[in-house]
Amino acid sequence: MTDPNRFSFLFRFLTKAGEAGALFNQTFKNIFTKSWEKKNFLQQLEEIGVKSLPIVTITAAFGGLVFGLQIYIAFTRYVGHGSEAYSGPIISLGLSKELIPVFVGLMLAGRVGSSMAAEIGTMKITEQIDALFSLGADPNRFLVVPRTLACIVILPMLTLYGDFIGILSGFFYNIVLMGVNRHVYITNTLTYFEMWDVVSGLIKAVFFGVIIAIVGCWQGLSTEAGAEGVGKATTRAAVISSVLILIFNFFLSEFLPGSFTG
Amino acid sequence: MIRFVDVHKSFGENHVLRGLNLEINRGETLVIIGQSGSGKSVLLKHMIGLLQPDRGQIYIDGVNVTELREEKELYAVRRKFAMLFQGAALFDSMTVAQNVSFGLERYTTFPQEKIEKIVTECLDRVGLRNVEHLMPFELSGGMKKRVGLARAIAYNPEIILYDEPSTGIDQIRANAINDLINKLKEELNVTSVVITHDMDSTFKVADRIAMLYQGTIIECGTPEEIQQSKNRIVHQFIHGHAEGPLENW
Repeated sequence: MTDPNRFSFLFRFLTKAGEAGALFNQTFKNIFTKSWEKKNFLQQLEEIGVKSLPIVTITAAFGGLVFGLQIYIAFTRYVGHGSEAYSGPIISLGLSKELIPVFVGLMLAGRVGSSMAAEIGTMKITEQIDALFSLGADPNRFLVVPRTLACIVILPMLTLYGDFIGILSGFFYNIVLMGVNRHVYITNTLTYFEMWDVVSGLIKAVFFGVIIAIVGCWQGLSTEAGAEGVGKATTRAAVISSVLILIFNFFLSEFLPGSFTG
Repeated sequence: MIRFVDVHKSFGENHVLRGLNLEINRGETLVIIGQSGSGKSVLLKHMIGLLQPDRGQIYIDGVNVTELREEKELYAVRRKFAMLFQGAALFDSMTVAQNVSFGLERYTTFPQEKIEKIVTECLDRVGLRNVEHLMPFELSGGMKKRVGLARAIAYNPEIILYDEPSTGIDQIRANAINDLINKLKEELNVTSVVITHDMDSTFKVADRIAMLYQGTIIECGTPEEIQQSKNRIVHQFIHGHAEGPLENW
């Protein structure tokens, strides 16, 4: 006989995915068709953007340094001494297309996504969400839309800033610390590194921004069972959005064109 | 003014409202009593549209709100209500003044100076002065309830819903809240629906009392009628006896 609990995990998964999908759908409908709270959007820009600058700086700097280091080792080991000067475009491409968007996404999933879940979750269990509704404010337009829009705007900006810091750090490691030929390194970077490498990373960042905001808000709005529930929602928001970022990163890398110059 | 007709509501296996019928008249204070977990808050949240019934109708001023789908219509119905939440539900990230003006800014088109004036008046009405700049965490439990009440009355609602107004505060503050409920009813001529299990508060503010038990209203009447009720469940509840038909706490 079929065990009725056999499909319960699948059923729960589909229910939860449906909840998140419905929130996504409602949020984008509100973004394009309804008025939303501009003041909250500006507050979120500061909260998500300005306050994330230190963590993005550190992550991008050390990400750039260690990537520069590994590429340097790879070139000296497999191609030979002197070839490291050709590593410039590889470092820049790897950082701007893959590492920096993912690093920024993961850092903000931890810092911003979990904070959204905690804040909205606390509002939920203290009936502040119900109070918003009773006072004529749609919780989606008041809480979710400004956060989603802020993430869509801020993630690419932070990624672009991270690209700059990361590429500079890779340059610093190779040129300043390891004494690689500066002229060859820069010329090669300018010749082979394309604008599209940066743009494709920024497109990824937009997707990651949506993931962080929707997952954080969805977890917050579905919080139950008091302080323990807030804790669980916070953890789930960080874990789910981090996993989704890594999964989406692969598929975006696969489907976005590798280059625009053929 | 408010009429519940055969309202059912379940949460999973838990059938909370089971064919509930209730009428609330304009200008009266109706107190709904019942055990914890009997569905009093669920009933209140149906009035304001926070919950939708699985079956049955809810009429507000003759309009069946369960059939309303247009946001404008729902908004117009919601505008008639204000709610004082159990824990006050003040917005943590806003000052007292921002909390009180929140509904005003959304339900009216008043200029900022007028909104500020109304905020001060409402706070004054609930006995609070010079607290506009304070954050909710700086307030005591009783003050939070007062601010919650000021926020509720700020946009001149026709109906105020009180969810356990005396819970979590001491007897003196609870009495002050009871006095406020009576004062607001007289001064603003609002309809009040209070849910509580505090019998002291109940008899201080009620024009009528309804007892909710196992998802339906088992008795409804004036305080005198309820006090003289022959229903054993009502009798046990209002006198707080440990022994009786209400055993499954």
